[in-house]
Amino acid sequence: MKILIPIKRVPDADTRIRVRADGSGIEDDGIKFAVNPFDAIALEEAIRIREARGGEVVVATIGGGECAEQLRNGLAMGADRAVLVNTADTLDSLAVARILAALWEREAPAFVLMGKQAIDDDSNQAGQMLAALLGVGQATFVSKLELADDGSSALCSRETDAGIERVRVKLPAVTTADLRLNEPRYVSLPGIMKAKKKPLEEITPADLGVVVASRTHYLRYEAPPRRKARVRVATVDELVDKLREAKVL
Amino acid sequence: MFEPGPDKLLAMEKILVIAEHDAGQLKAASLSAAGFAEQLATASDGSFEILVVGHAIDAIAAALRTCGAAAVLVADANALEHPLADRYAHVIADVARARGATMVVGASSTFSKDVLPRAAALLEAAMVSEVIGLRVENGEPEFRRVMFAGNVIATVRIDGPVRVATVRAAAFAAPAASAECPVEGVSVDEAALPAFLEFVDREAKAAGRPDATEARIVVSGGRALKNSGDFERLVGGLADALGGAVGSSRALVDAGITPNSLQVGQTGKIVAPDLYIALGISGAIQHMAGMKDTKVIVAVNKDAEAPIFEVSDYGLVADVYDAVPRLIERIRGETSN
Ligand SMILES: Cc1cc2nc3c(=O)[nH]c(=O)nc-3n(C[C@H](O)[C@H](O)[C@H](O)COP(=O)(O)OP(=O)(O)OC[C@H]3O[C@@H](n4cnc5c(N)ncnc54)[C@H](O)[C@@H]3O)c2cc1C
Ligand SMILES: Nc1ncnc2c1ncn2[C@@H]1O[C@H](COP(=O)(O)O)[C@@H](O)[C@H]1O
Repeated sequence: MKILIPIKRVPDADTRIRVRADGSGIEDDGIKFAVNPFDAIALEEAIRIREARGGEVVVATIGGGECAEQLRNGLAMGADRAVLVNTADTLDSLAVARILAALWEREAPAFVLMGKQAIDDDSNQAGQMLAALLGVGQATFVSKLELADDGSSALCSRETDAGIERVRVKLPAVTTADLRLNEPRYVSLPGIMKAKKKPLEEITPADLGVVVASRTHYLRYEAPPRRKARVRVATVDELVDKLREAKVL
Repeated sequence: MFEPGPDKLLAMEKILVIAEHDAGQLKAASLSAAGFAEQLATASDGSFEILVVGHAIDAIAAALRTCGAAAVLVADANALEHPLADRYAHVIADVARARGATMVVGASSTFSKDVLPRAAALLEAAMVSEVIGLRVENGEPEFRRVMFAGNVIATVRIDGPVRVATVRAAAFAAPAASAECPVEGVSVDEAALPAFLEFVDREAKAAGRPDATEARIVVSGGRALKNSGDFERLVGGLADALGGAVGSSRALVDAGITPNSLQVGQTGKIVAPDLYIALGISGAIQHMAGMKDTKVIVAVNKDAEAPIFEVSDYGLVADVYDAVPRLIERIRGETSN
C-alpha cells in the first residue's frame, strides 16, 4: 500500500524563537531546522506499516530548495521516494492543502498520514482541509492506528479534550498524528548513505496545475508580554502566608 | 481582547458561532467565542447567530438564548449524536452558506480543531487558529494570534468572503446577558450526510474534578511524580483541598501515569486560571505555552535552576514529596477554620 507523508521544515523544537526588533518576522540566524516532530511521527508510522505489509512510503514537502534537507532526512529514516514542490511563497494551511490535494491526485495513495500541527504556525488545519477538498474521511490527533486486514478502513484512537475516542474511518482517508502514536527512530549512518541514492523529484505547483495564493497575510509579529517580579519563598509556610497576603488563597 | 480602531468595519459581519457541548453540558468556552462574535458584530453594525449541532440538544440551545445572538439555530439529528468531523463540518458549512455567514468561529478545543478546518475548506475559506485579539484597521478586521509555542504573537488579515477562526477562551469574556432570542430548527437531510466515519467508543472520564480549562485553580504534576498513586495523593490531594482541577506535563502522559486529557501545553490544553501550581515540572517551552497566561503561577521544584521559576510569581525550591503533604495540611487546616 502506498502512503503519502507531507512533512514540513520548521525550527527545531528546542530552538529559542525570537521576534525581529522591527516586528517583520522571526530572527533566523542561529536557528536549527528539523522535520516537524508530528510529521516525523507520521513518517515512522508509515514506515512501520510498510515493514509489516509492504508498499511504498512517499514523503513530500512544499517550500523552497532548502527543504530538500528535511526530505533527505525522511529518506534516511526509511521513506522510499521524495517530492519537493518548490515555491517561494508563504502559504497558509488552505493553500498547502490545495497543493497536497493535487499531489494526491497524481500519487493516488491508499491514505495520507501527516502531522496534527506544524510547530511553527501551530495552526492544526492542513490535514482536515485536505480531507475536505478530497471528499474523504479524516481521523485527527491519532495515538493508535490499526489497519483492517483488507485495507478498507482504519480503527483510530484519537486524543480529545475529553479523553481517548475511537473511530473507524474508511480508506482512503487523511489521518493526523499526535505525540503518542509512536517514537520515531533515529536516523542511522547507513540510512543516510542509502538516502543519497533514493529519488528526490523537484516540481512546482504549476506542474500540478495549481495556482497558489495564500489568503492569510501576516502583518506584524511581536513577542508576548514578559511575566515580571518573582518571589522566592523558603518554606511551605511562607508560601501559604504570601499567597494569603496576595489574596490568591 | 478588543481594541477598537478609529473607524468601524467597512462590511457588516454576519458571524456564526459554533457552540460546543459534551454529555449534555454546554462548554463554557463557547461563551467566549460568542463574546468574540459580539465584539466583531458591534464593530461592524452586524450580528451573530449561534449554531448547536448534535442530538437531543434542546436544553443546550435554550441556555444560549440570552447571549446577545440574533438567533440560536439547532441542527438535531440521530446521525449527529457523536461529534464526527465529516458530518458536523458538512452541516456547519451548509448552515454558514444558508445564513450568509461572513465568519464562522468556535472555541480553541480538540472539537473545533477537528471540525472547523474541514468546514473552512468546504467553504473555501482560510482560517486563523488561536486568536487572542481583534482590532479594526482601515475598516478591516485584524486578528492577533499565538504561534511558535506561545513565543510569538502575530497580527493577521484574511481575505475572502468567508473566514473561519478558533479563539482562546481566556482572551474573550462571555457576552452580557441579553433578552431571549428565538430558537430555530434547521433541517438536516440525514441521507445526504457523509458517512466516512463511525464512532466506536470513548474512554470514560474520571468524574469529580472540574476540567482544567474551566477551573479557577489548576494543580499540575510533572515527572517528579513517580506513579499514579503519588500523583493522585499529592497533585489530586492538593487540587481537592483547593477545590481545583488537575493537569500534568507531557512526561506523565507519555509514562501512562496521567490520561492525555490532563496534558497542558502547546499540544495539550491551554489554561489561564487564577492560580496554577506546578509540582515537579521543569518548565519546557511547550509546557509553558499552555499556562503562561495564568494570573498567579506557583512552582515547587527541587532544582533551583529549573526554567519554570522564570515565569513563577512564587517559587519554592523543595522536594514535592516533602512539601506537598505539608501544603495540603496547611490549606486543609485553614479551610476548616
Ligand atoms: C512537539 C512537542 C510538543 C510538546 N508538547 C507538550 C505539551 O503540550 N505539554 C508538555 O507538558 N510538554 C510538551 N512537550 C514536552 C516538553 O518539551 C517537556 O519534555 C515536558 O514538558 C517535560 O515534562 P516535565 O517537566 O514533567 O519533566 P522534566 O523536564 O523531566 O522535569 C521534571 C522536573 O521535576 C523536578 N523534580 C524531579 N523530582 C523532584 C522532586 N522529588 N521534587 C521536586 N522536583 C522534582 C526536576 O528538577 C525537573 O525540573 C512537547 C515536546 C515536543 C517536542
Ligand atoms: N509546507 C508544507 N509542506 C508539507 N506539509 C505541510 C506543509 N505545511 C503543513 N504541512 C502538513 O500539515 C500538517 C499541519 O500543518 P498546519 O495546518 O500548518 O498546522 C503538518 O504537520 C504537515 O504534515
